[in-house]
Amino acid sequence: MKLIVCIKQVPDTAEVKLDPKTGRLIRDGVPSIINPDDKNALEAALRIKDENEGSTVTVVSMGPQQADIAMREALAMGADEAILISGREFGGSDTWATSYIIATALKKIGDYDMILCGRQAIDGDTAQVGPQIAEQLGIAQITYARDIKLNGRTVTVERMLEDGFQVVEAELPVLITAIKELNTPRYMTPRGIYKAYEKQVKIWGFADVPVDEAKIGLKGSPTNVNKTFSPEQKGKGEMLEGADRNTVKTLVEKLAEKHLL
Amino acid sequence: MNFELTAQQQLVKQLMKSFADNEVKPLAAEIDETERFPRETVEKMAKSGMMGINIPKQYGGAGADSLSYVIALEEMAKVCATTAIILSAHTSLCCGPLLAFGTEEQKQKYLAPLARGELLGAFGLTEPNAGTDSAAQQTTAVLDGDHFILNGSKCFITNGGEADVYIVFAMTDKKLGNKGISAFIVEKGYKGFSIGKKEHKLGIRASSTTELIFEDCIVPKENLLGEIGKGFKIAMHTLDGGRVGVAAQAIGIAEGAFEETVRYMKERVQFGKQLSAFQGLQWMAADMKCDIESSRLLLYSAALKKDSGKPYSLEAAMAKLRCAETAMSVTTKCVQIHGGYGYSREYPLERMMRDAKITEIYEGTSQVQKMVISGQLFK
Repeated sequence: MKLIVCIKQVPDTAEVKLDPKTGRLIRDGVPSIINPDDKNALEAALRIKDENEGSTVTVVSMGPQQADIAMREALAMGADEAILISGREFGGSDTWATSYIIATALKKIGDYDMILCGRQAIDGDTAQVGPQIAEQLGIAQITYARDIKLNGRTVTVERMLEDGFQVVEAELPVLITAIKELNTPRYMTPRGIYKAYEKQVKIWGFADVPVDEAKIGLKGSPTNVNKTFSPEQKGKGEMLEGADRNTVKTLVEKLAEKHLL
Repeated sequence: MNFELTAQQQLVKQLMKSFADNEVKPLAAEIDETERFPRETVEKMAKSGMMGINIPKQYGGAGADSLSYVIALEEMAKVCATTAIILSAHTSLCCGPLLAFGTEEQKQKYLAPLARGELLGAFGLTEPNAGTDSAAQQTTAVLDGDHFILNGSKCFITNGGEADVYIVFAMTDKKLGNKGISAFIVEKGYKGFSIGKKEHKLGIRASSTTELIFEDCIVPKENLLGEIGKGFKIAMHTLDGGRVGVAAQAIGIAEGAFEETVRYMKERVQFGKQLSAFQGLQWMAADMKCDIESSRLLLYSAALKKDSGKPYSLEAAMAKLRCAETAMSVTTKCVQIHGGYGYSREYPLERMMRDAKITEIYEGTSQVQKMVISGQLFK
C-alpha cells in the first residue's frame, strides 16, 4: 500500500489575529502545529501501514520552509517520507489553486493507493482542498470519515453526518478526509524525533512541480477575498425591570424602534 | 556558546509537554492523595519510547542526548514530580550503571529490555545505617561456587516492589572499607529477595519507596556489575547522573508552580486590582524567575558536560544543590502568593511544595552536594 497524507501547518490558537490592512493571518509569535484533523488522517495512514506490511506513508504539505518542523513531527510519528511543496510562486493560492498544485505533485509521486487529508484546517475552515484534490485527480472521495476498514482493494468508510452516519464503499485509489472521531493520534517517540532529523525533507519548488503558471498563486486563484474582519463585540444590552404595564409599553416601543415588531 | 535548543530538543520538549499535559497531569492529584503507583503511565511511557531516552539505540534506547532527557524530566515534573522520579530512577540509576559498567551480555539481557520499557529498574544503595555515609554498607555478598549469597536490607528504595531489575550494593570484603563494596544485578523473584515495608511520605507520595530484604539471596556470579570491589566507584558515578535527573525534576517542580502562580496573579483580584499589579508580588515573581533561569543554566551545563565525556561531578552537584533549593524556595513562595488556596488541596501548589522537599534530600542531601563541590575546590 502506498499511502499519502496531506498535512498543513497552522497557527496554534483559536484566536487568530488578522492584519487589518491585508486581511491575512498574522503568524509571527504564534506557535505552529500540524492541523488537528490532519493528524487524525496521518494516524489512520500509520495504522493501515502497521497492519499491512510493506506499506509506506508519504506526507505532503504546501507552505513556507518553516513548515519543516511539522514535516519532522510527521516523520517522528512514523511517516517514511516527507515532501514540502514550497516556493514564492505558490504564495497567495486559494483552495482551487492549492488543490491544483498538490494534485499535480501527487501525480508526480504516482501509483498511490490512498490519499488521506484532514477534513478542514483550523485557520481557513474551508474543507475544500481535500475534495478538490480528488476532483483534480479524478478519483473517488469519501469525506468525514469516522471509521475506515480496508479489505483488499476495497475500502469501507463510515461517514459522519449531522444526524447519523453513512456507510460508503469504494475501490482504491481513493481520497478520504478524516475527522477527530476517527482515532486518537499517537505521540511522536524520542527515537522517532532523532530519526526524523537523519532523514531529508524533500523540498519541491516551482521547477519541480509541472504546473501551469497561470493557474497558481494570487493571479491564478478564482476566489477573491474582499474583506476579512473580526466581528465587532455586541453591546451589553439593556435590561428592563418590572412587570407593570409601563414596562411592557417601553419594551414594545424599544422593539418597534429596532423594527423587530 | 549557544543557548538555543536544537531542533530535536525542541521537538522532544513539545512531545513531552503534550504527553505530560494529556496523560500525566490528570492523574497527579489523585495518585498523590491515594499513594497509588501510576502503572498505566509507566506503560504509556514505555509505548512511546520514553524509558531509555538517553540510552544508545543499539541497547533499545532513543539515542538522544542528555539535555533531551533533562528536558523530558522537567516537563514531567512540571505536572507530576512522582512520574518524573519514577522515570529518573529507572533511567539514571538503573540503566545508567548498566550502560557504563555492564558487560555486553548484561546490556543485552537487562539494559535493552529496560530501555525499551519492558522492564522497570531501581537502585539499592541506602541502608538504615548507611545514608549520607553510604560506604558504611552492612549488606554482605559472599561468593559460593557459581553464586553470590546476599544478606542484609536496603531502605528508601525508589520503584521498590514495582521494579523488575535492581542494582544492589553489598560488602564483598569488609576489611577494605569502601573498596570492599561490589555492585550486583538482582532480579525480582530471585530466591531470598523480598520487598519490606512501604514508606508513607511527605511528597512524591505515588512513587513506591520500600525496603529491600535479602535473606540468603542467591545471585548468579555473572550478575556482578563491574569488577569486584568497584561498587562504591560505580555508585558515585551513577549518582552523578542521578543528580542531573533530580535537578531536572526540581527545576520542573519550580517551573510548574511558577507557571501556575503567574496565571493566578493575572486572574486573582484583591483591593480592586489583579495580584500582578502589586509591586511587592511583582518583585517576588521577578526573583523567582531569576532563580529558576539561573538554576536551569547550571543544570543544562551539567547535562552538556556529561555528554562531553569529561568528569562532571562538580557540575552535577552544583546543579542538584541550586535546583533543589530553588524548587523549595519557589514552591514556598508560590503557596504564599496563593494564600489560603495555596494551602488547600483544591490547588496543586501545596503538593508541589511537599514534592520539592525531597529534592534537597535524596541522591545526596544539599549538604553532601556542598561536600562534593568543596572537595573539588580543595583537592
